[in-house]
Amino acid sequence: MKNTVFLGTLAAAGLAAGFVSAATLDDVKARGELNCGVNTGLVGFAAPDANGNWSGFDVAICKAVAAAVLGDASKVKYVPTTGQTRFTALASGEVDILSRNTTWTFSRDADLKFTFIGVNYYDGQGFMVNKALGVTSAKELDGATVCIQTGTTTELNLADFFKVNNMTYSPVTIETNAEGEQQFLAGACDAYTTDASGLAATRAAFANPEDYVILPEIISKEPLGPLVRHGDDQWADITRWAMNALIAAEEYGVTSANIEELSKGTENPEINRLLGAGEDNLGAMIGLEKDWGKKAIVGAGGNYGEIFAATIGESTPIGLARGLNAQWTQGGLLYTPPFR
Amino acid sequence: MATVTDAPKASFRLSMLIYDTRYRSITIQIVVLLLFMAGAAWLVDNTVRNLAALGKDFSFGFLWNRAGYDINQMLVQYTNDSTHGRAMLIGLLNTLLVAFMSCVAATVLGVIIGVLRLSPNWIVGRLTTVYVEMFRNIPVLLWILVAYAIFTEVLPAPNAFRGENPTASMILFDSVALTNRYTAIPDPLFYRSLGNIDVGLFLISLDLLAIIAVITGSVLVNRKLLAHATAVQNATGVRPVTWWKSILVLLVPLALLLIALGFHAERPVLRGFNFTGGLDVSNSLMALWLGLTLYTAAFIAEIVRAGIGAVSRGQTEAAFALGLRPNRTMSLVILPQALRVIVPPLISQYLNITKNSSLAIAVGYMDLRGTLGGITLNQTGRELECVLLMMLIYLAISLMISGAMNVYNNSVKLKER
Repeated sequence: MKNTVFLGTLAAAGLAAGFVSAATLDDVKARGELNCGVNTGLVGFAAPDANGNWSGFDVAICKAVAAAVLGDASKVKYVPTTGQTRFTALASGEVDILSRNTTWTFSRDADLKFTFIGVNYYDGQGFMVNKALGVTSAKELDGATVCIQTGTTTELNLADFFKVNNMTYSPVTIETNAEGEQQFLAGACDAYTTDASGLAATRAAFANPEDYVILPEIISKEPLGPLVRHGDDQWADITRWAMNALIAAEEYGVTSANIEELSKGTENPEINRLLGAGEDNLGAMIGLEKDWGKKAIVGAGGNYGEIFAATIGESTPIGLARGLNAQWTQGGLLYTPPFR
Repeated sequence: MATVTDAPKASFRLSMLIYDTRYRSITIQIVVLLLFMAGAAWLVDNTVRNLAALGKDFSFGFLWNRAGYDINQMLVQYTNDSTHGRAMLIGLLNTLLVAFMSCVAATVLGVIIGVLRLSPNWIVGRLTTVYVEMFRNIPVLLWILVAYAIFTEVLPAPNAFRGENPTASMILFDSVALTNRYTAIPDPLFYRSLGNIDVGLFLISLDLLAIIAVITGSVLVNRKLLAHATAVQNATGVRPVTWWKSILVLLVPLALLLIALGFHAERPVLRGFNFTGGLDVSNSLMALWLGLTLYTAAFIAEIVRAGIGAVSRGQTEAAFALGLRPNRTMSLVILPQALRVIVPPLISQYLNITKNSSLAIAVGYMDLRGTLGGITLNQTGRELECVLLMMLIYLAISLMISGAMNVYNNSVKLKER
């Protein structure tokens, strides 16, 4: 009899533990903390400082979501993931959202069962070489040894690029960006390839950044964005619109300086809806409070443009230009659907 | 069944299953079995439900899809147009290569260290003790990384060999270049190659087959020759001179074959970014090999020492009394007897080497873990299938090694009559 009860309990526990819970929002609220998958360390995008506080362009998304959901941008547990471990971490429920310069591709969306909630950085794959090599174009890399992070789309682009240009190469597979940096600096590879933004960030951390050059060829499209699991549309909506709020804020001129002022109500109904200042309660539609948008923007440290400028923009050591990542009104690709 | 029918027919009560010592052990075993099966069923059920919840199916179809990535060390042909299954084969061969190299080297080194550790020479004994304690008490991953760091940081980059006054130069008559990426060695080639035969999975070089056939033939003939000499010696008491005949039989056919095939070695030449023309032995392979060898040799040394220690002292004394020198005593009397103690634990060390070779990812060596369990897993997102397949393959390799070693063990163990 006792055994039967025990088995029954075991089976019930098994069933309860067996499902990856569908309601991520409830889980996060109950936990009081957002688990956010980030890079193991890429200056500008996601890197911990000397005190272990994470900051960066991708980290801002985590903060925005945490602020919108929990009302506190600091309630984030950052889970460093490598190119290899990131998808398993997300699929298994170890992280609620993966914000780790991940390329949006068909198979990741459809086959790996993830939902990309948008693009926060339009990127492309490039090459970095030592200036002493005298290489000025990626087409001169025939026969080169190339360092590449394993488990990334760049691995496949690289193979295609060399095949199309009828060149040969020898890949050196590395696990993390730090390892790639070390191998590249030791001369174990002639070229280091990853997303151009990643190259710029990596180079910024070198002792002599001016000795290295990023080649002009961009060999692929790499729309980088945060992603969540398939199957929880409410959570996907929350994260998607938290990110859109940052982009919309820039478009409407909402900054961390004037947000308190604007959230008291403005003439622009769109801003009112974004900040929860007007009659419309958009927050209720996604299970959040009315002023979720304001919290997200404040928590992330400003609008998209402010975050960009503070983490990876031209005034930082990484020095990336807005380029494709400018607002659509400025000739870029950033275009958020309306808050209505 | 038998137990049940043997029980007194009179009164069988359910409580007897617990209180009657005749049934109790069976009851306990059945309960444990049920629990075990329930646990297994729960795991499978959990997996199936979770896969269904994620909308994923369970299929190995991806093995026939195009892999799309390149691998830097291939023992058989592979391009990025090959399938994931083929990439898995490349990884498997790389695993087997490094495991085989490490097993051989670790055994040789381990036996030498183990024997030297028993040396009456104080300094030799202590030095080998230091070796054993140092290498077996530090994780093998660190040794692999240390070896790799030495290769990449200390050796010159290929472009250091360039120019009028290169900072680095090739060794061994300009035929071998040690670089921080690989060691470029001459590539053996044939002007009049016999070609290859395709056996489906890979090509087999007919040249290699011919060379193996000739060497085997030579060795067989040489053995005949020696057997004949022994027969003559047994009959007449005088052993005929055989050394020049042996050399002739062993070397001349091979030399003739190589000349006929037009054997030559192509030297590596620095062209563009890297050395071309020769064979590149990657530093990741060398580092992994070195790390695994040094680490496991320390364990094998201890096993050998224990094995030798297990042979009674009387055996050595008897051999000395017969006038055998220490070297001959060791190789003819002690080691053969020690083998039956040494071989069983040696099997586990070989298995350890094979399994530890999956640390290859740390130095970018594309073994099974790097291809099937690394890139393929990531590009296809088939975690469960890839990991299960990888486990199955490692299990199969380990069982095969242990099976082969058990056969060997049976041949050296003490024959009891």
